[in-house]
Amino acid sequence: MAIFSKSNKVIELLEKFIDSIDQGSIVFKKGVDNYLYGNIQAFENNILTLSKLESDADLLGKDIENRLYKHSLMPQLRGDMLRLLEELDDIIDIMKTNLYQFEVEVPNIPGELNQDLSKLTEMSVASVEALVPAARAFFRSPETVKDQLHRVYFYETEADKLAAAIKRKVFREMQDLKLSEKFHLRYFTLHIEQVSDASKKAADLLSVMAIKRAF
Amino acid sequence: MFIIFLSSGLFLGWSLGANDAANIFGTAVGSKMVSFARAAIVASIFVIIGAAIQGSGTTETLGSLGLIDELAGSFTVALAAGFTVLVMTNYGLPVSTTQAIVGAIIGWNLFAGRDTDGTVLTKIVTTWISGPVLGAGFSALLFLLMRYVLRKMKIHMILLDSYIRWGLIAVGAFGAYSLGANNVANVIGVFVGHAPNIVLDFGIFELRGAQILFLSGGMSIALGILTYSKKIIKTIGKGIMDLSAEAAIVVVLAQALVLFIFSSTSLSNGLAYIGLPRIPLVPVSSSQVVVGAIIGIGLVKGIQEVRFKMLAEILVGWILTPIFAGLLSFFGLFFVQNVFNQQVYKPVTQHTEKVLNTENYTIINAIEPEHINLVWWLAGAGLLLLSALAIWLIIRQNRLKLLAQNELLEHQKEHYITQKALMEADLKTMRLENVSMAKKLEFRRKELMNMALSIVEQKNYLEELAVQLKDIQKTEEKKEKNRKIDHLLKNMKLKLSFEDKVENFNLEIERLHKGFSRKLEEEFPKLTETEKRFATFLRLGFSSKEIAPLLNVSTKSVETYRYRLRKKLNISKGENLIRFIQNL
Repeated sequence: MAIFSKSNKVIELLEKFIDSIDQGSIVFKKGVDNYLYGNIQAFENNILTLSKLESDADLLGKDIENRLYKHSLMPQLRGDMLRLLEELDDIIDIMKTNLYQFEVEVPNIPGELNQDLSKLTEMSVASVEALVPAARAFFRSPETVKDQLHRVYFYETEADKLAAAIKRKVFREMQDLKLSEKFHLRYFTLHIEQVSDASKKAADLLSVMAIKRAF
Repeated sequence: MFIIFLSSGLFLGWSLGANDAANIFGTAVGSKMVSFARAAIVASIFVIIGAAIQGSGTTETLGSLGLIDELAGSFTVALAAGFTVLVMTNYGLPVSTTQAIVGAIIGWNLFAGRDTDGTVLTKIVTTWISGPVLGAGFSALLFLLMRYVLRKMKIHMILLDSYIRWGLIAVGAFGAYSLGANNVANVIGVFVGHAPNIVLDFGIFELRGAQILFLSGGMSIALGILTYSKKIIKTIGKGIMDLSAEAAIVVVLAQALVLFIFSSTSLSNGLAYIGLPRIPLVPVSSSQVVVGAIIGIGLVKGIQEVRFKMLAEILVGWILTPIFAGLLSFFGLFFVQNVFNQQVYKPVTQHTEKVLNTENYTIINAIEPEHINLVWWLAGAGLLLLSALAIWLIIRQNRLKLLAQNELLEHQKEHYITQKALMEADLKTMRLENVSMAKKLEFRRKELMNMALSIVEQKNYLEELAVQLKDIQKTEEKKEKNRKIDHLLKNMKLKLSFEDKVENFNLEIERLHKGFSRKLEEEFPKLTETEKRFATFLRLGFSSKEIAPLLNVSTKSVETYRYRLRKKLNISKGENLIRFIQNL
């Protein structure tokens, strides 16, 4: 119906926004793997794709915000909803920055760490992948959100554990690495871990919003 | 005179509209889902329609509780009720217009020595309890139904928000209609006995007797909504304000249903027709039904959410309001009768039972009503309204135009700022390019200078070569001649091999130590090019032996250079030349 067209347009934009975050997480995972295993051409393509997705998400977020205010939609939940969009946007921002850091700083990663870092990325991305359906569910059936969020927390904890294990391995076992290289590796572990931290932050907000919204 | 006496009733209507509008669209406006203007206009229109169409049922009940037969009495009773509402609202006490008017009527009954009909009173008091209970039941059921439907349909939150927005308006309209229908009796119920015996002809329809009163009552409620309810929502605005929009729809709908049930003659007749007991047509307090409805939702969601404080407030209101209004009415009547010498009731002997005719809301009266034609008045008012609307539209259009112009100006300003920034950036780039060009130019100049020096050097060398060749030519002894030729060849080879390298080396040194050369040039302008180069070599830590071939001179000459340089640089005897140069 024409009177609901403004709402339908915002829904369409919102779905696209969440799609960008979802796709971004897949590209991020591939990007890190390609860097670790030396597929530089593919890695550079991943950076370009993720940059495009991130800028799309930015534009969509701005457009949604404008429309919400312009048409005074969701006056009660608008603030919370925009905060949620910001938190989701933060995730894709962190992922993009991470890939750029790989490209700019070219960290020297010993082959024996490849599998660990790949696994860490997988866990971080899994937390985002668990967050995405929960975010979608919030808009249609907020009562089911809580059931979906526990996966985000689980993957975030796993990512934390893995990151700690990697750092321990780098500093205690890899004696032939220079201290500067160890620091560099620690930062990159931290960067990847940040993705799951951002995911957890968004999950916290989502969980409060779902309680507020429960009818 | 009648209008002056009616003013107290209209005041009561105004305060009812101002207070009870929050129950209808408090959440909608408070949550900014519906603008106040839209909500107030919808509520005002429907409250008038409800009062005019369905206001008679509850009025009849109030009339049977006590039919006030003197206008001054009606005035005092309505004033006492209005004053009770005002005072109790000011002190933040729970108050209901219904209970105030019932108390005030009983006060009149006591003052006039009339019996209060126990059955009617019981009927009214019972609805005070059954109203909120019914409200709770309806809201619980509606809440469950709505929750089931929403969970089943999984409507997107943003779309649901739009549905709720329209739902709030629709339910608010129904709520306003029911409020007008049910509560208009509180406002003009006590005046119905004195309804003017006139017929107002609006062209399309006619209003007679009590109908005019209902319309005025409805309009006074609407006025209260339009003028004061916004303030009430903002200041007192508690109650249903903190509900979610979905729950607000349920609460307003439950309230509207209860008020509708207790004021619909057709529904009551319909039930009687199928053999069920009639529904008492009694004005009920919308605020108390709302509290009942909220408790209903609380019961469904869990006992923690039940607001027992509000329940206690209702109980206090039931007792306090009628007593206060009754006393005020009693003493007010005494005051009006004795101070203003107004008759507030007819003595029992003169009192004739007037019967309300519910068919046409007029009191059976043998006198033909006065006919007032309002068509021209209405046409005039319509014209005025249209003119006002046109003026408003023109002003609005102008304002929008101005806003658009301002926006355009803002855009232009932004554009100008951006252009300025771009031009500045361009300028900066040009300046940087100029600097780089100047550097290139300087480098070229040095290259040319080196080339010139090299030409001079070569010319000198060639002259020296000519002298040596002449000397060889003059030499007659063959051995000596050969030795000289060998020496010359050796010299030439050496010269050849060094020339290019020295040239490049000098250029490179020049480029890398540009700052130093400039400083030397500035502070000691008398230094020759070779001396400057020599100083640069010394600065780099080259020994005399290393410098000699680079300058194409003998080691001894290097010492001479050293001596000359010390002199030109004004270095005292004890001072080290190399340290001096390095510190420059």
